[in-house]
Amino acid sequence: MSILEDTDAAAVAAAFVDARRAAGSPAMDMVMTMVIVVPEDVAEDALHAARDASKEHPSRRLGVILGSKRGPSRIDADIKAGSGTTGERALMRLTGEVVEHPESVVLPLLLPDSPVVVWWPTAAPEDPASDPLGRLGSRRITDAAQAPRARSKALLTQCHSYAPGNTDLAWTRITPWRALLATAMDDVEEKVRAISVSAEHVSPSADLLGAWLTDRLKAPVTRKRSRGPGITEVVLTTRSGDIRVSRKDGRLATLSVPGQPDRPVALRRRGIVELLTEELRRLDPDDVYAATVRRLRRDAARSQGAG
Amino acid sequence: MSRNPLRDPNDRRLPAVAGPCGMVIFGVTGDLARKKLMPAVYDLANRGLLPPGFSLVGFARRDWEDQDFAQVVHDAVKEHARTEFREEVWDQLAEGVRFVPGNFDDDEAFDRLRQTIHELDELRGTRGNHAFYLSIPPRFFGDVIGKLKKHGLAEERPGTWRRVVIEKPFGHDLASARELNDVLSEVFPAESVFRIDHYLGKETVQNILAMRFANMMFEPLWNSNYVDHVQITMAEDIGIGGRAGYYDGIGAARDVIQNHLLQLLALTAMEEPTSFDARSLRIEKLKVLESVTLPRRLDRATARGQYAAGWAGGVKVPGYHEEPDIPADSRTETYAALRLEVDNRRWSGVPFYLRTGKRLGRRVTEVAIQFKRAPHLPFRREATETLGANALVVRVQPDEGVTLRFGSKVPGTHMEIRDVNMDFAYGGSFTEASPEAYERLILDVLLGEPPLFPRHEEVEQSWRILDPVMEHWAERGKPELYPAGTWGPASSDAMLARDGRAWRRP
Repeated sequence: MSILEDTDAAAVAAAFVDARRAAGSPAMDMVMTMVIVVPEDVAEDALHAARDASKEHPSRRLGVILGSKRGPSRIDADIKAGSGTTGERALMRLTGEVVEHPESVVLPLLLPDSPVVVWWPTAAPEDPASDPLGRLGSRRITDAAQAPRARSKALLTQCHSYAPGNTDLAWTRITPWRALLATAMDDVEEKVRAISVSAEHVSPSADLLGAWLTDRLKAPVTRKRSRGPGITEVVLTTRSGDIRVSRKDGRLATLSVPGQPDRPVALRRRGIVELLTEELRRLDPDDVYAATVRRLRRDAARSQGAG
Repeated sequence: MSRNPLRDPNDRRLPAVAGPCGMVIFGVTGDLARKKLMPAVYDLANRGLLPPGFSLVGFARRDWEDQDFAQVVHDAVKEHARTEFREEVWDQLAEGVRFVPGNFDDDEAFDRLRQTIHELDELRGTRGNHAFYLSIPPRFFGDVIGKLKKHGLAEERPGTWRRVVIEKPFGHDLASARELNDVLSEVFPAESVFRIDHYLGKETVQNILAMRFANMMFEPLWNSNYVDHVQITMAEDIGIGGRAGYYDGIGAARDVIQNHLLQLLALTAMEEPTSFDARSLRIEKLKVLESVTLPRRLDRATARGQYAAGWAGGVKVPGYHEEPDIPADSRTETYAALRLEVDNRRWSGVPFYLRTGKRLGRRVTEVAIQFKRAPHLPFRREATETLGANALVVRVQPDEGVTLRFGSKVPGTHMEIRDVNMDFAYGGSFTEASPEAYERLILDVLLGEPPLFPRHEEVEQSWRILDPVMEHWAERGKPELYPAGTWGPASSDAMLARDGRAWRRP
């Protein structure tokens, strides 16, 4: 690890090359650049998660801590590369006037040609696609469930500013639910007439799951409150009975389909590394997410109008 | 399935999960079942790719109850699974584990199997869809297939499927391969027979097709104008271990060349398929295998050997004849090499050299495309003295990846050119934890997607190619000895030297 004080992007780039050379492998086999915009207190955790996800997608990881805008402009960086990890990383602390121009620090450090992913592990800009750092990315990942303030509104904010290439980890979290529900519906010929989703009070994932189901099944959705953890039950009502997935412990679910035996299904809540790994597997815009976001936005506007 | 409103082809996060089904494994006490099949089933479940209610039935000659078998599966999974062991995934699987004790010719046992499967359809919702995995010696195939038929286990009622999975060897020559196929095809239609060649499930093997047909820069060079020859190698550093019973009398050519190496040749040499569905791929693979010919003089275009005692990797190891249960007069080859030609416009005049062996220098499987030398070198002769021919090497295992070898100026010299490697490591650019070949193949069986499984026509073609070589060798006495831990017998090197070439050291 090398530490650079009061530095600039060129010196960081040179430190990357030095570190690789010292490790005896100047080859670059990284497939993407990941920019992680993060507050100081969770920076190390976020970079570790990104490193572990990097096992599947070796990347250059650039952590950016935007500090106070006051005082003289200054960049401090610590750099790790080549020593037993895949890819390489730099954690850069910006203070002073440069905080207003973080893209000028990151731009020279992007890997040639390869995709750029920007991830906000906690607080995200209201419009990631027009954020100076967000603009550099082809993929922008937010996490409404980790928003430090106004968490119940965070997802809707992201929905309003949706642009192709945006995704939220709240959406990634429900992939196993969606896969299981789709599998359960494979054998069902009847139309679903009503949907209910039970989850803890604030759950952006439950909101997205409800919006997806109502969008695809063209049936009304009821959001119920439970003790959690996370989403606890989804019920799809048809004429011949309920298709039900219930998960009380965040781990093992029971699938019930009318006319079929109940079956246990592993449906564990996944950690951040698995979520990121899934997120990085496909780097093109997610059309199904876009449709779900549109639905959520429309339904929210309608319920507001009604209220 | 198209009617399911929750499915959308654009929704690429949703994995292809197999529909309701179960799998019956014959020969659950074998190594393959314990080390590969059961762990692969668990890994699939852990990745959420198995349907809820998936059931696993074991069939073997053991006095076991369901829970005894469940314990065997549990231990096998704990020891050999690729992904982390999780209680909830095990809970999901364990509920569908059953065991049926019996012999392969025991009517009562097969009747119990029928009942068990019926029960699973009721209790677990497997809906009459079952795959029968024959992880047993081929001499029992006839018995098992016959009993499956007799007890109505192979019958597909409308809307259900029954599939059978077999492992190599698919016969030991053309005649026996046809016999085996007759047995199978009498009971199962061709599209329900899945022949496992686990090499075809490897990511790197599939990547040969991606590399060739998704890119612009390789395919223009992929012909006799630029390629001098192709070397396909599968080397093992181990001996035959405890597999004397299987290996002796079979040998390296039947064990490896007939299936793995000829499939690698087919993927390397075939023309572009019209699409990547199973049928189009099969048509192209079959076409290229049909164009494969053997040279007229087999004595000059083949080589075989048997390993003798020696030092391999710093360990003193016995020779083939000293291995347990090998007869003293065994003529089984543990090394086989041959030159093939592909008689079509693209490859005319480009030899394909295939080699495989046990107790060789190291464990490696690769396909090396060796290019011709540049027709003119505008440098002083000394400048290019150490310059070899360009090569593109697909490393199938281990250290999966692609190497490109080309000349480059040595820094600091006036003008001296030397070979360098440009390297793409699979593990470097993609997943460290790529799925095991068996995961992919078992999932494909359950999904009914056969692109990676060789059909009977391909098996027949490969025996057509190999049979004359085996007959030739049978008339020529003993194979030449080579010391364990080396790169094979001298006759193999001589075979390439006659063509003015040399084996790569892989």
